[in-house]
Amino acid sequence: MATAMKYIGKAMKRKEDPRLIQGLGHYVDDIALPNMHHVSFVRSPYAHAKVRSVDTTRAKAAPGVVLVLTGQDVAGVVGPVPCAAVIPDMKQATRPVLATDRVRFAGEAVAMIVATDRYAARDAADLVEVDYEPLTAVVDPEKAITNGATVIHEQYKDNVAYRWVLEGGDLKKAFDEADKVVRQRMVNQRLIPVAMETRGVMADYKPGEQKLTVWSATQIPHLLRTQVAAMLKTPEHSVHVIAPEVGGGFGSKLNVYPEEALVGYAAMKLGKPVKWIETRRENFQTAIHGRDQIDEVELAVKKGGTILGLRVKVIADLGAYYQLLTPLIPTLTGLMMCGCYKIPAARMEVIAVLTNKMSTDAYRGAGRPEATYFIERIVDCAAAELKMDPVEIRRKNFPLPKEFPYATPTGLIYDSADYQTCLDVALKKSNYKKLREEQAAARKKGRLVGIGISTYVEICAMGPSSAMPAGGWESATVRVEPTGMVNIFTGSSPHGQGQETSFAQIGADVLGLTPDEVNVVHGDTAQVPYGIGTFGSRATAVGGTAVYKSLVKVRDKLAQIAGFLMKEEPEKLVFGGHAISVKGNAKKSMAFGEAVGAAYTAKTLPPNVEPGVEATTFFEPSNFTFPFGTHVCVVEIDPETGDVKLVKYVAVDDCGNVINPLLVEGQVHGGIVQAVGQVLLEETVYDENGQLITGELTDYAIPRASDIPWIETDRTVTPSPVNPLGVKGVGEAGTIGATPALCNAVVDALTHLGVRHVDLPTKRERIWRLLHKGGKKK
Amino acid sequence: MTDARVRFTLNGSPRSVAVEPHRTALDVLRDELGATEVKYGCGEGVCGTCTVVLDGELVSSCLLFAVQLEGAEVLTVRGLEQGGELHPLQRAFLDHGAAQCGFCTPGMILTAVELLGKNANPADAEIRHALAGNLCRCTGYQHIVEAVQYAAEKMKGKKSR
Repeated sequence: MATAMKYIGKAMKRKEDPRLIQGLGHYVDDIALPNMHHVSFVRSPYAHAKVRSVDTTRAKAAPGVVLVLTGQDVAGVVGPVPCAAVIPDMKQATRPVLATDRVRFAGEAVAMIVATDRYAARDAADLVEVDYEPLTAVVDPEKAITNGATVIHEQYKDNVAYRWVLEGGDLKKAFDEADKVVRQRMVNQRLIPVAMETRGVMADYKPGEQKLTVWSATQIPHLLRTQVAAMLKTPEHSVHVIAPEVGGGFGSKLNVYPEEALVGYAAMKLGKPVKWIETRRENFQTAIHGRDQIDEVELAVKKGGTILGLRVKVIADLGAYYQLLTPLIPTLTGLMMCGCYKIPAARMEVIAVLTNKMSTDAYRGAGRPEATYFIERIVDCAAAELKMDPVEIRRKNFPLPKEFPYATPTGLIYDSADYQTCLDVALKKSNYKKLREEQAAARKKGRLVGIGISTYVEICAMGPSSAMPAGGWESATVRVEPTGMVNIFTGSSPHGQGQETSFAQIGADVLGLTPDEVNVVHGDTAQVPYGIGTFGSRATAVGGTAVYKSLVKVRDKLAQIAGFLMKEEPEKLVFGGHAISVKGNAKKSMAFGEAVGAAYTAKTLPPNVEPGVEATTFFEPSNFTFPFGTHVCVVEIDPETGDVKLVKYVAVDDCGNVINPLLVEGQVHGGIVQAVGQVLLEETVYDENGQLITGELTDYAIPRASDIPWIETDRTVTPSPVNPLGVKGVGEAGTIGATPALCNAVVDALTHLGVRHVDLPTKRERIWRLLHKGGKKK
Repeated sequence: MTDARVRFTLNGSPRSVAVEPHRTALDVLRDELGATEVKYGCGEGVCGTCTVVLDGELVSSCLLFAVQLEGAEVLTVRGLEQGGELHPLQRAFLDHGAAQCGFCTPGMILTAVELLGKNANPADAEIRHALAGNLCRCTGYQHIVEAVQYAAEKMKGKKSR
């Protein structure tokens, strides 16, 4: 039975928006309970120190304070922060929810205050006296693994978290046969996600019912529930997690944080509601960070531009402790290191390092932007060394569409692609030839104009459970109420992506209704079956597929019921216009609602058909999906100041079939602008004492509206064979594709001055110094 | 600490509230007056999510004490609708997918309203400059700018607020 596409593919306005544009949504801090108490944390000012004592006497006696907890109070009572990632032979770097005898990053929580109001909680935090014995801070990851470096997890002899190698193909042959080996060291700097809503959690405990309700700004309500229950040593069914409106995540809310368990614990101990809202400074210091790799990249090429092999050595700075996926992220870089090129042999070696900083973990792209960045940069470096056009070297090394599904030396099977057509569309749309002509003319006048390209592929729609730490399936229950309203309960957990709309579009098309008649419920563990959550650009490809399959089950059941009542074969029935009719004979039909009613009143059901209208699917994807694209951009650098201005941006992305182009465009724009942040503006600086210098919005510059030019977008559509919707996913692709395009443009603006690479961010000081090396202006 | 009584108008309604003098306007608007559309995003006047209109000017309510609201007319996004109808800017945001997570949206809309009140025909660069004090991490700003342009078109010739 085919699905008519009346709503799928349309730029439908979002069902989420009426409440958001009126300020009527409820985020965690907008939910209040009677007798609610407030939390503040005492956090270590030192990056590395022994904790000799914590004296809470004065804090406990402060006005309004009802509870003060230290590491000693909760050790053995509240379990440590969980890590779901396992890398062979990795060291343990487990974080206690409150520090006991040591602190290992500036901002690590040492004590927790609960008081009757926020101000009292904050004031009492200043009254906790902690006796620290400062230790040498380990900040530079390369120095951290040299002999004699201070070891931060003192049960070990060094700060190497793990060593990991991924290799495929005959690397020796590749490098032996190469005409040239192109080498470049690249730093993918540590980034801070900066969702506009800081973290927050509220908990309420009913002692009689032994029921703990936890509202958290989270991307993974079910996983959070399981972990918090384990940390609090309470049965899972006694914990109810609700993700209310969540103000952005980008991976920073894909985690299990100590605060989430501690607020729950405090609520259980007090029998009163307890709320913690993260300050922005805490968000900078103590919510997970992203990226932070030093990559030594070597590309073996023939002089005609054919790539033979790739070798990368990575130093990955994990921070002091493992959060949920910390050790996993650099391994995702390895998987995608070949990008969209046929590279017969590739090897990545990762040395993951522990330092006295906040943990890194998944941040928009989670390991894949790092891969795309270095492969797209090294290919540009190779083009420069071989005196080839960067477009031609890419085209020369693309696999052909007919070679898909395509097996990479890293063990992946790319699902489907047409890199060539996408590249052609982007070159045409950006008028690439004309851009080069304009650049040449500008250069003659001494202007520094650069054109950057990236052709990227990324891995998303996480993913086959065999490859995922906590399962990679997704759930959906579709339940049609007796009055005919369709409810979709999805294990996906949107926080801005718009699935209340896109899933309603799918529901409307499958069941022949309008999207207003399809209600999407998410984020509440008491309403929604167990789900894995939203991250890794998986909500539509995996979550949407589970939704689709449940809708089809419901449709098939209603067809059986309607067919029985109309004395027609179910296979002959179509759903459309709120009716179930015989294909080709619209007069022979019954109202959708009538069939639903019949299922509930159950007077004339076909044999072997149960009453009710409900179906559940747990969809296990057979593979990841691989969106791809080509981005072309133009920058101009002010030769006097080094200021980099983004002048033009063209993005052609292929995320397979598109359910709602408005949502896809929004994800592409947002993703590209986060890349603009990484390349032009953002820098996480820890000083030599491990102090986070860029710990406020005044110091860490995220892009503003005035930093961004008009972004031109287009798409090619190469459906994914992995799921029946043909969807690949797009949430991270913009960031992944744009970072190298932007950096390539900056380098291209300076290449005629002998510049080969610029590390990020390309802030004006860095460019100015390049232009004025040795006191002389180039 | 002795409470101070603060009287002001919020979205056209007179309000009166007793507050400790150290409390911020943001805090009191949200916790005492239920104006949760005004958000805490940074507490230092950089992100714009706490934006309100105070006597016709955009201010960061996190940087004001509640007592500074005395006698003022305060407008938030909930005060924009007229007789049950959305403001053209709210309509435009909805039509152009200008919200994703929605957290920056109330402040962003207010800033856009004030811009169009002063400049009925802003160029792209002027819109972006006016919105530079409202950070958004989700949208990349483009749908927001489109929405403001569209609303400006729609509102031309109509009596401004």
